[in-house]
Amino acid sequence: MKFRTLNRHFKEGTKNIWRNSWMTIASVGAVTTTLILVGVFLVLMLNLNHIADNLEEDVQIKALIELTAEESQVEEIGEKIESISEVESVTYATKEEELENLIDSMGEQGSVWEMYEQDNPLHDVYIIKTTDPLDTMNIASEIEAYEGVDRVNYGQDYVQNLFKFNEYARNVGLVLIFALVFTAIFLISNTIKITIMARKREIGIMKLVGATNAFIRWPFFIEGLLLGVLGSLIPVAVIVGGYYYLTQNMEILSRFNFMQILPFQPFAWQIAGLIIGIGACIGVWGSVMSVRKFLKV
Amino acid sequence: MIEMQGVYKTYPNGVVALNGLDVTIDQGEFVYIVGHSGAGKSTFTKLIFREEQPSKGKIIVNNKDLSSMKWRHVPMLRRGIGVVYQDFRLLPRMTVYENVAFALEVIEESPKTIRKRVMEVLDSVGLKNKARFIPDELSGGEQQRVAIARAIVNHPGVLIADEPTGNLDPDTSWEIMRILEEINASGTTIIMATHSKEIVNTIKKRVIAMEDGIIVRDEHRGEYGYEI
Repeated sequence: MKFRTLNRHFKEGTKNIWRNSWMTIASVGAVTTTLILVGVFLVLMLNLNHIADNLEEDVQIKALIELTAEESQVEEIGEKIESISEVESVTYATKEEELENLIDSMGEQGSVWEMYEQDNPLHDVYIIKTTDPLDTMNIASEIEAYEGVDRVNYGQDYVQNLFKFNEYARNVGLVLIFALVFTAIFLISNTIKITIMARKREIGIMKLVGATNAFIRWPFFIEGLLLGVLGSLIPVAVIVGGYYYLTQNMEILSRFNFMQILPFQPFAWQIAGLIIGIGACIGVWGSVMSVRKFLKV
Repeated sequence: MIEMQGVYKTYPNGVVALNGLDVTIDQGEFVYIVGHSGAGKSTFTKLIFREEQPSKGKIIVNNKDLSSMKWRHVPMLRRGIGVVYQDFRLLPRMTVYENVAFALEVIEESPKTIRKRVMEVLDSVGLKNKARFIPDELSGGEQQRVAIARAIVNHPGVLIADEPTGNLDPDTSWEIMRILEEINASGTTIIMATHSKEIVNTIKKRVIAMEDGIIVRDEHRGEYGYEI
């Protein structure tokens, strides 16, 4: 194809947008509505996912050393833990340090615990973080079996439930997003099909004077692309604007360490790009699929 | 040159349109196809530019065998054949100029050549000053002249006209015939299906009469031969 022909297709595609202004509004409306839904949902899902990741990151194993353990035995346990390949970091804390941390974390009520400073009931501990939070349970039970380890603590019930919930939420989110995108494609290809139906006769005439299928399809391709991109403008504005507002006014959330939502930069722009991309794809797909039917003349 | 040998056409709904057609039309001829409605005239013309395919038989147009022609070569065939219909078939949302230019855009002519050639052709059918109008703003005769301009703009070897004067008043019809004769004089083969006794009997040309899907009469400088 010569460049001037591509240029011609571009002009023709743009003109069609104006010529079919009523249908343009309908198609763009359909794209806009669905993309707003997809966008809001994407933001929700990705943030939930982010929070879930943070929660998982916070999971750590505390291996409590037996009170009677020798110093050499303690060192040996440390080396054994470090040699596990899935372990990211190991830190040692004496029972005195542990008590201090406890008192600090309790705030005002911590003073109650100060009386234990004379007779500390706590254990010396190894604090272990795993590379993949999902390995927590396996590694914990492995360490528990070591000689000199009294027991391990990683908030067993809480962690198990958390992992289960996160996995569930991710899968449901994925399915919902796919369902939404497919609904959007269906809606848009239907709307565009109606606009093309009205032009069925025109396509017949074009074929009559010797236009190839590609020649007829190109302007539709460009028209679909433009419709998709036009339809993504309002959703991008809504999502980016809304997210900006959210990040500016949600300091309350940031008080809870684990409730951090994704920062505005670059997340909002990534989502904007994604929405425009999805819009362009469904626009093109919808129009090319619908025109195919009328080319066999 | 157009050649048909033993051509049959039965539509999917069972209607038999052509029942064994043998005919040869030489380059530069002017041929009328006459006959009652349903005699197979339209099907005959549609087979030439492969809007329809025969159920049986051989069709050769411009030395190409249409029965073995691939789908993707059909546009090439059509670029060498101009077609004019009773109902004009113009692109309704394009201007007169754009309608005619479209046939040249399809063959990827340069914008300069397109401008020159389109104005030339519009001039030859007397519509140079209506280039910016859309078809709805024109009279029937003017629309038919646009359709003719579009059909001949890329110098086709064959022009097929399916009742080109069917929707026009007598004066306008003669005007269209004058243009078709000019086109024929420049060497283009013209095949015209018609119901107009006056035209056929006045402008004497080869006449092919069809009945029930077969040719019943084929005479040079023939008469219309039917009472209306």
